Amino acid sequence: MVEKRYAYLDNSSATRLDERVMDAMTPFFFDTYAVATSEFGYSMGIGAKEALEESRATIAKKINAGAEELVFTSGNTESSNMALKGVAMELSAKKGKHMVVSKIEDFSVLNSAKALERDGFKVTYLEVDGEGFVDPEILSKAITDETILVSIQHANQEIGTVQDIRSIGDVCHERNVLFHTDATHTFTRIPIDVQRTNIDLMTISANTIHGPKGVGALYIRPKTPLKKWMDGGFQEMNRRAGFENIPGAVGFAKATELVTEEENDRLRAMRDRIIDTILKDVDDVVLNGHRTKRTPQNANITFHFVEGESITLHMDLRGFSLSTGSACFSKSLEASHVIMGIGGNHERAHGSVRFTLGRYNTMEDVDSAVENISNVVEKLREISPLRREE
Amino acid sequence: MNFPYSEKVLEHFKNPRNVGKIENADGKATEGSPACGDMVTVYISVDPDKLILTDIKFESYGCASNIATGSIITELAKGKTLGEAKKITWQQASDALGGLPPIKAHCAVLAIEGLRSAIENYEEKHGLVKEKKPTTMETVRARLKKVMNPLSGLDLIRTNLVKGIDVQDGVVRVRIDLPPDHQFANNINEEISEKIGTLWDVKDVIIEFTG
Repeated sequence: MVEKRYAYLDNSSATRLDERVMDAMTPFFFDTYAVATSEFGYSMGIGAKEALEESRATIAKKINAGAEELVFTSGNTESSNMALKGVAMELSAKKGKHMVVSKIEDFSVLNSAKALERDGFKVTYLEVDGEGFVDPEILSKAITDETILVSIQHANQEIGTVQDIRSIGDVCHERNVLFHTDATHTFTRIPIDVQRTNIDLMTISANTIHGPKGVGALYIRPKTPLKKWMDGGFQEMNRRAGFENIPGAVGFAKATELVTEEENDRLRAMRDRIIDTILKDVDDVVLNGHRTKRTPQNANITFHFVEGESITLHMDLRGFSLSTGSACFSKSLEASHVIMGIGGNHERAHGSVRFTLGRYNTMEDVDSAVENISNVVEKLREISPLRREE
Repeated sequence: MNFPYSEKVLEHFKNPRNVGKIENADGKATEGSPACGDMVTVYISVDPDKLILTDIKFESYGCASNIATGSIITELAKGKTLGEAKKITWQQASDALGGLPPIKAHCAVLAIEGLRSAIENYEEKHGLVKEKKPTTMETVRARLKKVMNPLSGLDLIRTNLVKGIDVQDGVVRVRIDLPPDHQFANNINEEISEKIGTLWDVKDVIIEFTG
């Protein structure tokens, strides 16, 4: 067992804040702490307003959107709720009560859809293939005259599979249906251009890119019918009430600026090292998701004959934080709906381990994690009744 | 840091006792299922004169609680009579481990059931079942409740896959509402045979996949 520093490998759940983000945010806690006022307000409020709008513009530019097309929220969960429920409230009477989502969406989308079902909506949960891809043709067949929204994630939270959202957007556009995509795990990591892709609504978040927790945004294409559902003041161009989280918005913008292509390449190299080494050195493993069409930060591997919580606990005791799709790990005691959704059984979910990389990981962390997990899996297989007969 | 596991649980998890197989074990049982979740196999050696557990080993495909409980029950049971060992409860195992998180109780129960079933397996094989109750549909049903449906992670009875049970002259017929070429048909077939075939008056188990 190698003694070493704690290596955090769960960056798709939360990330360490970058000091430069903190530095950018600090003045908006202590100096310019006013609410954003109109230009006829007082100077501190005007300063806050300017910072808010600059932040909005910085983030919007990253996806080639106009600044006014971005609404700040409290994070990806709120953004996706706002998209699904906002469209539902606006269009149910005018057009219909049907939505299409994929089976492997994040819970913010899936459970919003389920809440709408309880209110009389019909939802189609699209099957995905063995690597997690939505087939645009199958999507096209699922759309009816009653369909008001399609919500398909850009990339998956557990297995990293990156969807062909260009084709998906085209299908939605041809069929005259709104398209929402949850880009929580791709924003800044994989280029997105809303001028070249038919995206009407897009969820993004700061906490996955070393920005502050509790800040996200929803991109809204102009004229997209969306009911305001957070009632209160007239903030965010009367689309989302509540005093703006100005330090959060400033931090989100700074975090957006700090992600570089060099960093994404570095994450990709670490990801590939994990996948290549484990597939080569450890028997009876299976990669979950596609080999290359996956986010730079994600590797997800099932180790057969062993259980994920046992792996992650052993790894935690050795200084590595990982997550698993095993039922034993989750609060709900339910196996990962993503692994089950790609045709896996409980056994495959049971032994699945997710590595998600971030700015503060190094190749040494990765090599050490791989060495340790190989050892842990070997140990656990020794006591498993399922180990392969020699 | 408020870790959910006691020092004792972690200790048994890191260094489980009495792990492995016993070749030609006097009694053996598996509880749980590979496809649905945790699984534990318990092997026992029995002194046939004194009916004492002389050796006990376990294997676990499970989470930390499952491994730790499997480990502690081998320590609790070794040297005990079959009767005493059967009375070990999950609460005793949990207490011996300094407590288990309530949500993980089922993992502990699985290991306890494994021990009891291994002893029953020994008793059935050695004609020690005192009241030889004839196997009925209810007996079969109770055993089928321990066979998991891998698709849902729930047992065959709860998932309504058992379409018929017939017991006649020591032959048990079970009809399962799954196609014969179903991906888990073999798996389920094997598990049912194992669970029912050991009953003292059962000569044959016929499983039909009729879905």
